[in-house]
Amino acid sequence: MAGKPKVSTQSVDATGVMAAPPRTSEWRRFSRIFFGRKLYLIGFIIVVIIILTAIFAPVIAPYDPLHNDLENRLQMPSTDHWLGTDQLGRDMLSRIIYGTQISLLIGFSAVFASAIIGALMGLAAAHYGGWVFTVIMRLTDVLMALPSIILMMLIAGMLKGGGIWIVVFALGFGGIPGMCRMMCGQALSVKENDYVMAARAVGMSNWRTMLTQIFPNAFPPLIVGLTMAIGGVVLGEAGLSFLGIGVQAPTPSWGNMIMDGQRFIMTNPMLSLIPGVAIMLLVFGFNMVGDGIRDAIDPRLRGVL
Amino acid sequence: MVLLDVQNIKTYFHTEYGLVKAADGVSFQVNRGEIIGLVGESGCGKSVSILSVMQLITSPPGEKAGGKVIFEGKDLLQYTANGPEMRAIRGSKITMIFQEPMTSLNPVLTIARQLTETLELHLDMDKGAARERAIELLKMVGVPDASRRIDDYPHQFSGGMRQRVMIAMALSCNPMIIFADEPTTAVDVTTQAQLLELMKDLVTRLDTSLVIVTHNLGVVARYAERIYVMYAGRIIESGLSEVIFNHPRHPYTVGLLNSVPKLGEKHGERKLIPIYGIPPNLINMPPTCAFLPRCTEKIGRCAKEPWPELRSVGKDHYISCYVDIKGK
Repeated sequence: MAGKPKVSTQSVDATGVMAAPPRTSEWRRFSRIFFGRKLYLIGFIIVVIIILTAIFAPVIAPYDPLHNDLENRLQMPSTDHWLGTDQLGRDMLSRIIYGTQISLLIGFSAVFASAIIGALMGLAAAHYGGWVFTVIMRLTDVLMALPSIILMMLIAGMLKGGGIWIVVFALGFGGIPGMCRMMCGQALSVKENDYVMAARAVGMSNWRTMLTQIFPNAFPPLIVGLTMAIGGVVLGEAGLSFLGIGVQAPTPSWGNMIMDGQRFIMTNPMLSLIPGVAIMLLVFGFNMVGDGIRDAIDPRLRGVL
Repeated sequence: MVLLDVQNIKTYFHTEYGLVKAADGVSFQVNRGEIIGLVGESGCGKSVSILSVMQLITSPPGEKAGGKVIFEGKDLLQYTANGPEMRAIRGSKITMIFQEPMTSLNPVLTIARQLTETLELHLDMDKGAARERAIELLKMVGVPDASRRIDDYPHQFSGGMRQRVMIAMALSCNPMIIFADEPTTAVDVTTQAQLLELMKDLVTRLDTSLVIVTHNLGVVARYAERIYVMYAGRIIESGLSEVIFNHPRHPYTVGLLNSVPKLGEKHGERKLIPIYGIPPNLINMPPTCAFLPRCTEKIGRCAKEPWPELRSVGKDHYISCYVDIKGK
């Protein structure tokens, strides 16, 4: 086709010198991709709603989640109780709302704890190499070889009492090997960069190099993994609670609500279904946010999306 | 006055294929305020030699297999690689400029952070003073609008500008010696000249010694006062740069100079003569001279006896060769 030759879209000023290409803000690029796709946006909205629900639980919950009302047991949804009541007549909606607090608390703190410990282990393994690397990585191999649910049951079962922090500990511990692996892999590739050698050449100590040079460069890709891990941990909490070694009654958590409800699954299936849907939404929301962040920060997708 | 006396350092690498003697008995001296050139082709051990002096070789696979580095009356190789004594010297008394300006600055930290880090580390400056000094340094190396640009990130700088930042970093603690590992290989020729002029100007002004590691003979000819020529992990000829350029005595140096065109030469006046063959594989080298297979001057003795030690052939002029090709 004898079309016109391609003309550069860059502006040329009177002197014939090309103007510098416009500076695109990183944030704008990020939000264009992140908010520009429906699925990510939906996930983001779900996450925001869940977080707001957890923060404002006392304000928006219509009833006290622990208040028994034995006359109105096992009710189907109605105008008084939007999501019905459970076997003790407690309002399901209020319990779901308060359960959000527990789920998010556990999700965030377990991921945070495993991220810090795992990241430090991974960094140390990558930076020191040699026997440090071997010991740490073989240790994570051992932990990874055990199914995580068994590991968590083991910990939760050994530390009897079933408080929230024991659940956090169990779930957090289960997350360490994965985190350690990810961090180690990232750090190994980052540490080959010249600026790490340059940092050593100006006399930085091992720890300082690790924390100021390697960590900031190795961390961003892990944000994605961390976001997704939150969904996984909430699921893990539900699993433990379902098995009766998670958060203990009467504190409402989505997991123990499913367990409570399964006994009445024939009379009122809503009891198990609603917390199940809540878990599903949360996991979906966090996974979408994680995916969105990955797409938005992945330099290989620059210009494609 | 000899500031740094490197004696016979040996750095070996243990690889799957065998032992690589990357630096095999390298000795050189750095005098106060002097510019020195360490020349040789790729893989001859130039970088390894200076990284060994700085103790920046990762071990394993690297191994410090011997030698001494005398600096201020102490042998630096006695210190542990990343111990406090070595760290106190690196970055403050002996500093380094790396080859790749694009990758030797940390992409996630601002220029300010990276410059002040060294100052806070070695000179115990507080944040404000370190920042002032950093701006002053940037001005000194010719970064325009320094007080604003100091808060930029490395990706907002061009390659030449980044190398200026690296130079500023190297100069920040008023070091006694700067090692520049191919400082201008990654930038274009115009910038190369600017950077070298800048470095020369700064080191003369600050009375700092500069060791330029390069494969570019033009660079050393113009800037270095003394030259060490390396081949296969050893120094094979050393001397004042004038002497070496005008009267090279080692067959390898002669070959190098014959293969470089000179500006102002008429067409057909002189035929460029390449050095035939390829540089040797450093794994499991024979004890004889490593240049032997490519040498045009070899005599019977060369194949029978080990690689000769450096011997004096004139004032401050040393070669490691059985043949002396003076007069050719």
